[in-house]
Amino acid sequence: MPTPTKGRRLGGSPSHERLMLANLATSLFEHGKITTTEAKARRVRPLAEKLITKAKRGDVHNRRQIMRTIRNKDVVHKLVEEIGPHFSDRNGGYVRITKTLPRKGDNAPMAVIELVAEKTVTSEAEKARGTKFAADEKPAEAESAESAESADSADSADSGDSADSADSADSPAAEAGEQADEQAESEKKDEA
Amino acid sequence: MAVPKRKMSRSNTRARRSQWKAKPVQLVECSNRACKAKKPQHVACPECGQYAGRQVVEPA
Repeated sequence: MPTPTKGRRLGGSPSHERLMLANLATSLFEHGKITTTEAKARRVRPLAEKLITKAKRGDVHNRRQIMRTIRNKDVVHKLVEEIGPHFSDRNGGYVRITKTLPRKGDNAPMAVIELVAEKTVTSEAEKARGTKFAADEKPAEAESAESAESADSADSADSGDSADSADSADSPAAEAGEQADEQAESEKKDEA
Repeated sequence: MAVPKRKMSRSNTRARRSQWKAKPVQLVECSNRACKAKKPQHVACPECGQYAGRQVVEPA
């Protein structure tokens, strides 16, 4: 017996469901971030991740496989040329679902589903160090040898990059910290 | 088809309905220290729009 689909069934018929999921995936790749009901978001995530995996391979066969689901050629082009390469250093988990407040009107649980924009922690660290893990070393041996020759310049440049990226990554937390400091200062003034 | 034999008394109806109670919604403080608004758990904050340090939705 085939395994039943995980999650809610959508629409009135299997073809209707396929169309709804395909349209949701198309909108997701077109805009990068969409707001929908939580049930639809949970159904579209596996489909979208499989399409991105095909887009990462990016040859003609995989492009045709994507075309079976996404009928808009502009979106297929964007998926293969921009979204696929963007996720080259991430193994799955390309899409994030965040719950939001229920919809006014029918109180349906809503969610924001988006393509993950951040780079992975390991890729950031590798970029900062200019090296790779021993497991990933073999294909990148030539690169590491080159980087060793220009070690000084690479190190200085990389350290600057890493500092910048760390700043940008921590910006919400840093802002929060600053505001907390301001609050603390104002409290001190009050005491005085 | 099964049908009621007796009319249900006003008392019984009201006794049953007295158990229909609304519970207060459980809320937590927003983890964004600059916001700290009350919000449902595991949901992007409706005041500041952040969830787990990321800006997810536009603030209301």
